[in-house]
Amino acid sequence: MANDHIDLTVEPGEVHALLGENGAGKSTLMNQLYGLLQPDEGEIVVDGQVRTFRSPRDAIAAGIGMVHQHFMLVPVFTVAENIALGAEKVRAGFLDRRRARREVLEVSERYGLPVDPDALIENLPVGAQQRVEIIKALTRDVDLLILDEPTAVLTPQETEELLGVMRGLSDAGKSIVFITHKLKEVKAIADRITVIRRGRTVATASPDTAEEELAALMVGRAVSLEVDKAPAEPGREVLTVSGLMVDDDRGVRAVDNVDLTVHAGEVLGIAGVQGNGQTELVEAIMGLRRPAAGSIRVDNEDLTGMSTKQILRSGIGYVPEDRSLDGVVKEFTVAENLVLDQYDRPPYGNAFQLDPGAVAASARERVEQFDIRTSSPDATVSTLSGGNQQKVVVARELSRPLRLFVAAQPTRGVDVGSIEFIHRRIIHEREVGTAVLVVSSELDEVVGLADRIAVMYRGRILAIVPPDTPREELGLLMAGITESRPGAGATEPATEEGTK
Amino acid sequence: MTTDGPVGAPQKEADETAAETAPAEKPEERGEDSFLSHFLQNLWAANTVTVTVLSVVLALVIGAVLIIVSDPAVLKTFEYLTARPSDALTASWDLVSTAYGDLFKGAIVDPATVTAWANGTGGWRPVFAPISETLTYAAPLVFTGLSVALAFRGGLFNIGGQGQAVVGTITAAMAGFLLPLPPVIHLIAALLAGLLGGALWGFVPGILKARTGAHEVIVTIMLNYTANLFLSWLILQKGIQQPGRSDAISKTVDSSAQLPSFGGEVRANLGIILAVLATAGVAWLLNRSAFGFELRAVGHNPAASRTAGISVARTYTMLMVVAGGLAGLGGATQVLGTAHALTTQVAGNIGFDGLLVALLGRNRPWGTLLAAILFGALRAGGNRMQSFSGISLELVTVLQALIVIFIAAPALVKATFHLRAARSARLGASMAKGW
Repeated sequence: MANDHIDLTVEPGEVHALLGENGAGKSTLMNQLYGLLQPDEGEIVVDGQVRTFRSPRDAIAAGIGMVHQHFMLVPVFTVAENIALGAEKVRAGFLDRRRARREVLEVSERYGLPVDPDALIENLPVGAQQRVEIIKALTRDVDLLILDEPTAVLTPQETEELLGVMRGLSDAGKSIVFITHKLKEVKAIADRITVIRRGRTVATASPDTAEEELAALMVGRAVSLEVDKAPAEPGREVLTVSGLMVDDDRGVRAVDNVDLTVHAGEVLGIAGVQGNGQTELVEAIMGLRRPAAGSIRVDNEDLTGMSTKQILRSGIGYVPEDRSLDGVVKEFTVAENLVLDQYDRPPYGNAFQLDPGAVAASARERVEQFDIRTSSPDATVSTLSGGNQQKVVVARELSRPLRLFVAAQPTRGVDVGSIEFIHRRIIHEREVGTAVLVVSSELDEVVGLADRIAVMYRGRILAIVPPDTPREELGLLMAGITESRPGAGATEPATEEGTK
Repeated sequence: MTTDGPVGAPQKEADETAAETAPAEKPEERGEDSFLSHFLQNLWAANTVTVTVLSVVLALVIGAVLIIVSDPAVLKTFEYLTARPSDALTASWDLVSTAYGDLFKGAIVDPATVTAWANGTGGWRPVFAPISETLTYAAPLVFTGLSVALAFRGGLFNIGGQGQAVVGTITAAMAGFLLPLPPVIHLIAALLAGLLGGALWGFVPGILKARTGAHEVIVTIMLNYTANLFLSWLILQKGIQQPGRSDAISKTVDSSAQLPSFGGEVRANLGIILAVLATAGVAWLLNRSAFGFELRAVGHNPAASRTAGISVARTYTMLMVVAGGLAGLGGATQVLGTAHALTTQVAGNIGFDGLLVALLGRNRPWGTLLAAILFGALRAGGNRMQSFSGISLELVTVLQALIVIFIAAPALVKATFHLRAARSARLGASMAKGW
């Protein structure tokens, strides 16, 4: 059961934060409000009237709108077309484009949501796409707007802006349900906070509740939000990337002349909004993508041209950013996933056959050691929660001696409790003298883990700064703004995005 | 609980017995009852075995209807069904029971031959002749079924079993009548030739898939045509065609290269033994070998496999080579075991039947073996049904098709028999995601 007798009341003009870990049942609850799922029990009351929603159409009619975590936009349509979609105004058999444009501009002006109605969605940055989604909901005259993890994809600046928009909407009398697991944002914007854990409401809190207390309510036990670590003692240069150029799948330059070094016993964090070349950089290091130019050396050994298998075997551990696509084989058991890149090596086997006994024995050990919550090492990974799936990946990569550990988005979609655990493991790896490269779009994570932070923007490393750099400065860097060279701000309707 | 149909009856009965005995007996007897009902419940859940068995039953029921409606004499009795229903029912029953009786006698054992053997009026051979027929038909299907199943576990849909088997028959037969070798070595060489021929025919789509991403379904279908046309051309060439014949038949495989059989009416040959060994080999390959681990990983998630350092391209190529080799061995078994000479139809339909066999066996090695034996039994029994009851062999094809349809649409079987949903059942998904 994803929702077990949850009560939630949202007042007019209120920003109501719904706080909970992944899988706590937040989205399930909201999908019921939006008519995507039907409750087994209980009722939804809107303005004093009991309503049943069979589809989102009913919900919209009742004044409820939703902005999904994954945008529901057609990339090759313009902003105006996307907004008209589903509620097309037709004149003489043709789509009334002029009216659609007018509507967009009207709403965009009234609530301070700048967008260009003629821009194609695929050319817009994520923040602008989100504004389109919000405008889309607002043009349907909704009174209650549900925002499902809206800040997960935004830069700090875009987040600030979104919070401003939310404030404006609530001043205009709209109610907002704000789903998130980020405590800072909740405290900054919410009027009231409902905490959900395992499908139940565990508390309704006010925004002046301490962060630690909110985290404890979410997880069900005290958690430490700070990463405890001693100052780094960097040793020899392990990873040296110089002049690296990498193209993405469309042949567009994604990594543009990057130079980096990571020393033994230090964590280099790469901060940046997603899609600024971090993925391609990491894939190039792991031999999954051929660089166009430049070199990648580990202890002075050139990795370019080596296969992924050779790279993994040379003492490099890798946590890919997309766990379910690249990290685990979901249909495989926990034990099999734990040897996914070591299956043909002693003690697990050889090039010819596996040793099931050794695989099972090591699996039992790892499950214990990495606190992987599974019914058995022989359960398929698909039965595990996201956090535990990630622990399987981390356990696999950290169970052999490493020179370099590359972790991309190591805690994406992972619950707070597991985040704490994974962070401790990463720091532990640093302590034993491994060079660690962490890529994350969560600024908190980079700041917490890294000894040095490299900010990546449009394929370039804009700056390498210490972790105590003020957040505002980091945020500006992530948006491409340096003192000397102002880049294109994320706030502009970036129609020139694709023409770089 | 299912009480609204005859099929629900056994369980209802069992429950009633349980209800009657439970209060009267001692407490420990209750444990046994609950075990029994637990067992029955599981039996009635939609697990793989139950659905397979019920699919066969359902197919036989529909087959019976077809037998009745296609017999004019029996159909006539239905014209006065209301006046004298017994006529129609007796005639139908007689017809269907004779037909299915022949199916059984042709596929498994004919009781008359057992009696004869016991009385001393007949030998042991007629007793084992039906089962031997079944195994003879099954052997090549085991190989082609394994070929499809193995490829599928690696995420490839090998439609090319037919072409690979055809090339296997060609290379095996040519080795069989062209190479002058001593007995045992000759057989091994011919089998190897079949294996290599099929492997080559599998390598082509494999390498194309790995290097260029060409879809293996398209390539293997095209190679099926190529193989068939090549065979038709080859048979008529000098040195291949049987001297003195004008029709499309090749020389006969030397006896030193033929798969030894038990002789006489017991046609079953070494092929079925090889098939069982191949099944064990494929089971080992899938579950224990490093290559099996790779191919299963790639089959489920190529991206994660690549990220973990497994070469997806190499795995696809190797997989198609092995799958092709298996199908080639199937062709070799056919030509060295039963046909002994190449004709345009020498490989029959074994490649395509292999697809069905793999589906029925849920892409598992031992399941595929059992499915192949079932198909072999239908074929062997069908022959007797045709000659004794006069029912067309096509009925067997219809039965096979019906079984496959029910397996592919487990929801249909579940609804028909009111099966409960089983937790472990992952039906339908096995083949459906092929494309």
